[in-house]
Amino acid sequence: MEFVAQHPILVVSVVKIAVLLFLALTALAYLTWFERKVVAHIQSRWGPYYVGAHGLLQPVADGLKFLFKEELTPSGADKLIYLLAPFLALSLALTTLALIPFGPATINILGHPTNLMIANVDISVLFLFAITSIGVYGVALAGWSSNSKYPLLGSLRSSAQMISYEVSMTISVVGVLLVAGSLNFNEIILRQRGNFFLHWNVIRFDHGAFPQIVGFLCYFTAAIAETNRVPFDLPEGETELVAGFHTEYSSLKFAMFFMAEYANMITVSCLATILFLGGWLSPLPDSWTWQMYLPGAGLLALGIYLAYDTVRYMRGIARPQLAVVTLMALGTGAVCLLPAVASAMLGPFWFLGKVLFILFFYVWTRGTLPRFRYDQLMSFGWKLLLPVSLVNLIVTSFVIVYPLLVKHG
Amino acid sequence: MSLPFLLFFVFAATAVAGALLLILAREPIHSALSLIVVMVALAALYLLLGAEFIAAVQIIVYAGAVMVLFVFVIMLLNAGVEERTNWSKMAKYAGLPLALFLLLELAHWLARSEAGATIANGAASSGQAASTRALSVLLFQQYLFPFEVTSILILIAILGALVLAKRGE
Amino acid sequence: MNAVPISYYLVLSAILFGLGVVAFVFKRNIITIFMAIELMLNAVNLAFVAFARSFNQLDGLIFVFFVIVVAAAEAAVGLAIVIAIVHNRQTLNIERVNLLKF
Repeated sequence: MEFVAQHPILVVSVVKIAVLLFLALTALAYLTWFERKVVAHIQSRWGPYYVGAHGLLQPVADGLKFLFKEELTPSGADKLIYLLAPFLALSLALTTLALIPFGPATINILGHPTNLMIANVDISVLFLFAITSIGVYGVALAGWSSNSKYPLLGSLRSSAQMISYEVSMTISVVGVLLVAGSLNFNEIILRQRGNFFLHWNVIRFDHGAFPQIVGFLCYFTAAIAETNRVPFDLPEGETELVAGFHTEYSSLKFAMFFMAEYANMITVSCLATILFLGGWLSPLPDSWTWQMYLPGAGLLALGIYLAYDTVRYMRGIARPQLAVVTLMALGTGAVCLLPAVASAMLGPFWFLGKVLFILFFYVWTRGTLPRFRYDQLMSFGWKLLLPVSLVNLIVTSFVIVYPLLVKHG
Repeated sequence: MSLPFLLFFVFAATAVAGALLLILAREPIHSALSLIVVMVALAALYLLLGAEFIAAVQIIVYAGAVMVLFVFVIMLLNAGVEERTNWSKMAKYAGLPLALFLLLELAHWLARSEAGATIANGAASSGQAASTRALSVLLFQQYLFPFEVTSILILIAILGALVLAKRGE
Repeated sequence: MNAVPISYYLVLSAILFGLGVVAFVFKRNIITIFMAIELMLNAVNLAFVAFARSFNQLDGLIFVFFVIVVAAAEAAVGLAIVIAIVHNRQTLNIERVNLLKF
């Protein structure tokens, strides 16, 4: 305990990192479940329902499968880079989660008050882009080190696509920076506080700001291309290039690429929430203090629905499995109703709700749209998206600066 | 050994190791990766010196764009292991010591310079001065003309690269 | 808090610059020579940032900004030239690109 007293920041940071890593990896795994279920329902089928009740144990089964598969290394592969690429991709994708603020509350860990974020950096936006820029190497080196035609082509195309759309992504974010006036995430969120949700950067039209709806759409499109998702996933589509840059990877290393893709999705959604949708701000006014019981009430309602589902529809082994999930939901709901926990949970509740909303859009486009051809993809990025984001930037800066110019003559 | 000293030596050792690997690697892709390591280590050193914006710009532009270009060119040209050439005796026995002498001479005179005696007081003390806002005020008011000229320079570089890399049609 | 003298950073900058010169003179692959040039520019950037901190002025950081931009432009054009050389001479070894020598 003396160590804790002497180095409070270090110990608290380690605890926060451990908790966040655990939550992030669980969220990744269940994001794959969410995607498979939603895409299946769009395609009029059920998706995973056999492994565990409602298919909830499917990610666990997938993880075990990846662990037990045979590890193959292609001959002639550059061993060091071959092993390095998936680690690089996954670790960079998870590092970005350290910058994200989950809520405004100050909680006590081991007696030391701390924020709900790991690193409060003054230039968070720039650092996030720096980490995203280096993420290109994971893809490029994976293809090169596999010593094979299809991965090399796939990785070249994929990294060219990533660096092209990075430009449009960055420029559409600059519009938000003009409105917010700071690079710090907390500052950007606090400037979006206002009546209901009309001050969120997406639709804000008060003095000194301009609605960033075009910026949001540009950013979201560029983000889909950046994370190599449908409709921009030609470099890794199954019918095009075998499996693109991760053709020659097996078992755990492939699982790392897979996780890195979903982690990138989560990061980009979190960034979109913070910059455009108001982060952890709630759409209801702050004076309505009853909203701090919303997370608990929501979880209890979910628990009651699951209990009904267990009793009415489940048979066989799915019954005790879903019963366990019901008890977990009810227990967490009850804990969230305690006032001490409820006030701290309100920020993360709205934040995660908005992130889930954007992730639903991601999965929705995956289930709906066909794939772009590569030359169509590149011309879309350079000839349409980049000019649109530049025009958005020019119009935003004009609208913000013009009153100041008029005022000073 | 306090924490700042420890951090400095870790990142400095990483940078020097990366530079040595650049020289000693046999394949160009390994040299490129070592150079990326050097750049990231230097970005960490800029953070230690309190220049956070420059550290971010270094990673975004240098390590994230310029080195990606290098890696692309190496992958496209399929640059393999370098051939052995016969070094003349002059190069081996006189060249290397002379280069090391240059290095030591530079290091010696820089270490004894007047600026070198200052103790870096940590990022906290100059955090306000070197903030992004102060840098941007300086960039757009005092150094506005060089800024606009560099944008024209970049345009020229884009056009030059396009013209040079096209196969003559 | 931080008690590292600036001269340590300057010595590191000199060491990196010297290693860049060694790589520039002794390597034969054009792309590796380019990378040695970038290493030298990085060493100079470190010296600039160190001096900016020791004199407490921000002009050093502005200069670093411009050096980074110019180095990026130079790398783009230089690599385009390298690609043109490879198309013409099919080699990346600078000792083979010696048509001006008799």
